[in-house]
Amino acid sequence: MNTFTICNKEMQSYFRSPIAYTVIALWALVGGFFFYFGLSFFVQRSMESAMQGQAFPMDINEWIVRPLLSNVNVVALFLIPMITMRLFAEEKRSGTIELLMTSPINDIEIVLGKWLAAVGLYSIMLGVSVLHMAILFRYGQPDWRPLAVGYLGLLLQGACLLSIGTFISTCTSNQIVAGAIGFAVSLLLFVLNWVSEFGSSVTDRVIGYLSVQAHFESFSKGVLDSKDIVFYVTMIILGLFLTSRSLESVRWRA
Amino acid sequence: MIKVEGLTKRYARNIAVDNISFEVEKGQIVGFLGPNGAGKTTTMRVLTCFMPPTSGSASVAGFDVQQSPMEVKRRIGYLPETPPLYPDMEVAEYLDFVGRIKGIPTADLPKRINDVAEKCAIGDVKKKLLGKLSKGYRQRVGLAQAILHNPDVLILDEPTSGLDPHQIIETRDLIKGLAGDHTIILSTHILPEVEQICGKVIIIAKGKLVATDSVENLTSRLRGSETVAIEVIPQDGSAPPANVQSRLEQVAGVSRVIHKESKDGRLHFTVESLEGRHIRPGLARAVIESGWNLNELHGMALSLEEIFLELTASHKPEAAEALKEAAAEAPAEPSAEEESK
Ligand SMILES: Nc1ncnc2c1ncn2[C@@H]1O[C@H](COP(=O)(O)OP(=O)(O)OP(=O)(O)O)[C@@H](O)[C@H]1O
Ligand SMILES: [Mg+2]
Repeated sequence: MNTFTICNKEMQSYFRSPIAYTVIALWALVGGFFFYFGLSFFVQRSMESAMQGQAFPMDINEWIVRPLLSNVNVVALFLIPMITMRLFAEEKRSGTIELLMTSPINDIEIVLGKWLAAVGLYSIMLGVSVLHMAILFRYGQPDWRPLAVGYLGLLLQGACLLSIGTFISTCTSNQIVAGAIGFAVSLLLFVLNWVSEFGSSVTDRVIGYLSVQAHFESFSKGVLDSKDIVFYVTMIILGLFLTSRSLESVRWRA
Repeated sequence: MIKVEGLTKRYARNIAVDNISFEVEKGQIVGFLGPNGAGKTTTMRVLTCFMPPTSGSASVAGFDVQQSPMEVKRRIGYLPETPPLYPDMEVAEYLDFVGRIKGIPTADLPKRINDVAEKCAIGDVKKKLLGKLSKGYRQRVGLAQAILHNPDVLILDEPTSGLDPHQIIETRDLIKGLAGDHTIILSTHILPEVEQICGKVIIIAKGKLVATDSVENLTSRLRGSETVAIEVIPQDGSAPPANVQSRLEQVAGVSRVIHKESKDGRLHFTVESLEGRHIRPGLARAVIESGWNLNELHGMALSLEEIFLELTASHKPEAAEALKEAAAEAPAEPSAEEESK
């Protein structure tokens, strides 16, 4: 109940400030570019192959959906810190954190409410790109299952980075700092799997395992792998746990 | 209702609150006084469960702030130093949000909001964005937020700062009206405010408890000796200042009379009393009985800041007695003036 109240308040605040519109517009713009580019490329290739007399129906999933998912995944990486940066930093700066923390609600409810609002905005953002996919269904016959799995992957990976961004927002009272650090951390988590490409020692593999991108690959192929789901859920819980611990230390340091 | 024992709060380096203890009974209004940086806000933050104490304990309504913070929070309304407002919310929306997180049943909420909006005189700005309100209105919304869930204990950090004189009076009346059912701690720098609305005073300076006492005891202690300004008009202009001065010196309890100036036949004196003596009635009688006109008679105000400079300079309550005078009871006793006519 309190979680819902907090979530609702955050959601309204997203749409009162330019943040929600900025994030959604950037997403639609850049995501739309990748989509247009992928589609043109596909059309050109399929015309070429048709002229060479090869069997036409190339796999839409293979040629459009999968590259598109990997590309928009990177776009999301840029936008996620924008969603989380103000969550706690702004409350700390303006002193409204005193209201929340002296009200009869649990820290967990505050953390969950804020994170859910962030996930909510992120989902709305993903929803916009579903329109692109609708075009594919209008003119082609892509398989919807890998597509749904791909979106689930985007959502899980986003939720995971959002929980970490929320944590970072509790560490400072400056939104810009929270955004910058959030972006750096997300980017690092994203590319950690490069480490395991160079080495194969246990440490390298452990570090590689922490890469959020590595776990996204199976989703983008349309494969639902429980190991990857477990990874994301664990990361989400870890992020939320860190957030509530950090909130507790806000009390000590105030 | 509120019990603080050996409370200490240490920030990274400095001690903000140093081993203070006090108690507040149910229905009391307590004024929390101290110069800037004394630790008032810090103490209030501990009481409201915003931050835990470094050592010592505090309890509200029998619930310890560290052991059962939820119970304490349910019973406390808190107005922080800067009202905790979200600039992008409208006033009514904000109160609705606060009502929900304070646990007011949704069915009662509209009525509660209307009640506090009326009490705090914010009915006419309900649809305004909080970020666009003037300072005084922000303060009022902050107060409305604190009393919204009708808490047993109110903790108000400088509730009248930034208000216009009219609203200050209304707010004081509002706070007085809440006493009885509610226990109230308010911090302030304004001594007359304490005299007007508080039954008890807690004074801290540099994190240490300097005095806790009832208002009467404290003001008389702070006053120690009283300094009175008096203006006399000898009717026929015959009495030279020296005569008047010696007559005033004969009044019981007077220790010193200083002749300030004479203008248009009006003589100004500053009269100091011996410790703990009330000399104003005696002075008035002496002037009237001598057949002179008593034009003005009032105690001289001493600002709280001055008192605290003295108190904190020597670190002991006795320092108050060294002060030349205290507290504003500015208006002359009207009876004295009438007698002179
Ligand atoms: N978050 C903080 N971190 C470190 N020191 C702090 C913090 N908040 C307050 N202090 C210090 O604690 C001491 C007490 O501050 P506090 O705000 O309680 O004073 P106050 O009595 O409310 O003063 P004022 O009348 O100015 O409101 C001050 O020396 C202040 O510098
Ligand atoms: Mg203060």
